[in-house]
Amino acid sequence: MRYTPNPPAVVAEMLQEIGMQSCEELFTDIPAPLKLQRPLDLPRGLSEIELRREMESLARKNTNLNEIPSFLGAGAYDHYIPAALEELVHRSEFYTAYTPYQAEISQGILQAIFEYQTLICRLTGMDVANASMYDGATALAEACNLAAVSTRRAKVLVPDSLHPHYLEVLRTYALSGRMEVEILPCKDGILDAALMRDKLDKQTACLAVQQPNFFGLLEEVSSLGEILHENKSLLVVAVDPISLGILKPPGEYGADVVVGEGQALGNPLSFGGPYLGFFATTAKLMRKMPGRIVGQTRDQEDQRAFVLTLQAREQHIRREKANSNICSNQALNALAATIYLCLVGAKGLRDIALRSHQLAVYASQQLESVGLEQKYQHPFFREFAVQTGDPAWANRALLENGIIGGYELADSLLLAFTEKRTREQVDRLVSILGGIKHG
Amino acid sequence: MAKTIFEKTVPGSNSFRLPEEEFPGQQLAKTLPERFLRQQEPDLPEMSEVEVVRHFTDLSQRAYGVDNGLYPLGSCTMKYNPKINEWAANLPGFAALHPLQPAETVQGALQLMYQLQEMLGEITGMDAFTLQPAAGAHGEMTGVMMIKAYHQHRGDVQRTRMMVPDSAHGTNPATANVVGYDVVEVKSNARGLVDLEDLRAKMDDTIAGLMLTNPNTLGLFEEEIKEIAGIVHQGGGLLYYDGANMNAIMGVSRPGDMGFDAVHLNLHKTFATPHGGGGPGSGPVGVKSVLADFLPRPVVVKKGEHYSLDGERPLSIGRVKEFYGNFGVMVKAYTYIRALGGEGLLDASQQAVLNANYLRHRLKGTYDIPFDRLCKHEFIATSRLQMEVAHVSTMDIAKRLMDYGFHPPTVYFPLIVREAFMVEPTETETRERLEEFVQALEAIDREARENPDLVTNAPHNMPVFRVDEVTAARNPVVKWTQDD
Repeated sequence: MRYTPNPPAVVAEMLQEIGMQSCEELFTDIPAPLKLQRPLDLPRGLSEIELRREMESLARKNTNLNEIPSFLGAGAYDHYIPAALEELVHRSEFYTAYTPYQAEISQGILQAIFEYQTLICRLTGMDVANASMYDGATALAEACNLAAVSTRRAKVLVPDSLHPHYLEVLRTYALSGRMEVEILPCKDGILDAALMRDKLDKQTACLAVQQPNFFGLLEEVSSLGEILHENKSLLVVAVDPISLGILKPPGEYGADVVVGEGQALGNPLSFGGPYLGFFATTAKLMRKMPGRIVGQTRDQEDQRAFVLTLQAREQHIRREKANSNICSNQALNALAATIYLCLVGAKGLRDIALRSHQLAVYASQQLESVGLEQKYQHPFFREFAVQTGDPAWANRALLENGIIGGYELADSLLLAFTEKRTREQVDRLVSILGGIKHG
Repeated sequence: MAKTIFEKTVPGSNSFRLPEEEFPGQQLAKTLPERFLRQQEPDLPEMSEVEVVRHFTDLSQRAYGVDNGLYPLGSCTMKYNPKINEWAANLPGFAALHPLQPAETVQGALQLMYQLQEMLGEITGMDAFTLQPAAGAHGEMTGVMMIKAYHQHRGDVQRTRMMVPDSAHGTNPATANVVGYDVVEVKSNARGLVDLEDLRAKMDDTIAGLMLTNPNTLGLFEEEIKEIAGIVHQGGGLLYYDGANMNAIMGVSRPGDMGFDAVHLNLHKTFATPHGGGGPGSGPVGVKSVLADFLPRPVVVKKGEHYSLDGERPLSIGRVKEFYGNFGVMVKAYTYIRALGGEGLLDASQQAVLNANYLRHRLKGTYDIPFDRLCKHEFIATSRLQMEVAHVSTMDIAKRLMDYGFHPPTVYFPLIVREAFMVEPTETETRERLEEFVQALEAIDREARENPDLVTNAPHNMPVFRVDEVTAARNPVVKWTQDD
């Protein structure tokens, strides 16, 4: 296939118009030794029919979750995506556009982002939100960086109940030299508040905590904001957006920055991406927030209009003084999240959160009835760790029986539940796990 | 102006339902204690499905994509996004995969990633690739972190500065700063290329490396790249290639052969994946073997016929992203490269450069072209002539172009050219489209001379008139509230 539309005769005329004989002449400014003196060693080009065969054959080598149920979560969740959403995000005026630098021709995209920002503020209980980050992990790293910049302190405290990928991305971003990451071993699966108080000092920029945490447990967050603010440190919270259908928004317990992985809001699992990171903060920190922001303004005729704003923060203006280099974001994924929240509404989001929780509770009770205990005795949202002896062995047994199991922790299996799972599927999971001998 | 979703709320109109299911005996108060619960439902809009569909259909009709017409946004490579790529990424065998599934259930996905790494290596002349970065700027950060890790590993810790040309994309200096380097700006010479004297004078043992785009942001090939690489390497630094402009040289020349040590590509530019209204992109990074040990983990490896993820890499800078990158975007880029093959990629670059030179040729005389010589995939024009006679600026011309049905070019960049506009037509435009664009710009030039108000008050045919950016920044309204 080729997507170059000018036929050879037209190409010849265009070359003639600019005084050239051949396409090779277009590259006379490249010194000969730097030219590749051979064709690229790639497979030959394919017709669309062959291409379909090739892609279908690769896709068939994978076991997809439309074929078999999965209890994997650990940061990416198999939620239902409404049919209307799929249709709308595939409108090509949306997906073939770029960043709305030119406002007047991009009002539709700007308004959608403005609506997204508003929805994220309402979900999280925060004042302002940006137009999206790459994912939850990079959003958290940028949040901690913002805390370090705005407090002029370097120490970032994180309990090891945080998602390990988030922790690792944070440490990578700390190569900048602006952050010193200190890991706090958790206690019974949640943040050790006493240890956190011990570690809190005048160098502490922030505490970053996840709610619910990596093990699915609900952190005891209610007094954290107060403790940190007394020390002039910030509270950064990573949240599961589905949980906000029933759980307290972080804005109500003193969060200064709220981030999270937004995949669950209408984005396919797609083997880990593209997803979106959301990022919300207080009015006070707005001008330090990374990423693009859409603002409402007026046009020459005093009509409401939308435009990219506060660009003085951004890399293309501040260049070597910018605190973040983010440029492209995950706008189409943020659009999906916006449409998702409109389609399910507040009651739908609550129902989805509640159903996920109820199925998880049901599973934990059934597992207990066959002698499989939870690793941690603490309230969880929709994910919990069950002690299975050898989790890899348990997962193999499940796979042999047509189920993708959970995320393997050292001595337990982290199982996640969404509204797409059924009670029958949970019963099968329990019966298989209950039927194998554990350690 | 259309209403927002918040103004379209009708209580009780949302009919989203879950399957019936009962959980007798469960007590929410016990499993989710009150202290964790929100007191009020989040204030989300309540809409019927039909009204949601109409709302977003309406918004889409006030957006402009490549499918609507010419989108000559310089440095962004807004080429046609083939539909087969979208089809492929949406196959359940790719879209419905959890990233943490057992490797034996995702062999096709891992194979695709591995082969994409190999193909990108061939196209760029690099030894190893990571697909993890989510965008170009993220790739830059990943590459520059690897350069930093390399110097630190060698104990060469006094290298605290990164060189960046004055014509560079804003992300380059921002990236250097974000990774913890002080930025040293290198001047451009009168020909729009890196000034070798300035480079020599600034290269010393505090310099970690140079970040360079080639062809550069003026659309010009850095002809002395070998000398540039020599100066930086002799001084102990490494060379970073910003691949934003790779669309000019596929199959013609490779950054790996020019002397670059790390390269990022923008799959959403060069490899035809859609830009999504601002993202998602994908910014794979390729490196020469000197940097391979520092690549983010995990990397996809092949043993026999089995593919797996290798996380055991002690010198790795670590993860830069959850999971493995924007996989859905990788599927589209893979499909594109397989569709074109090596010859098709060369053809794409040739046609991209032809279209740019054709437009440059057709516009000179009407517009000032500061570097009027053979360009690559894009070129710079300015509104100098229109400013002189009628005070019509580049911004005015950009806004007026919308009335003629075109997306404007990139404006006021690069910073070293006053009143610049940067035109990148890409290879997927017909001569007829290019001619229409020329005619529109010629008409605007005439308007500027005869009736400048028409241009300075543009646009006239858009859903809104020219928007007030200053007020937006001075009094930010960044979410909808009842009284707005």
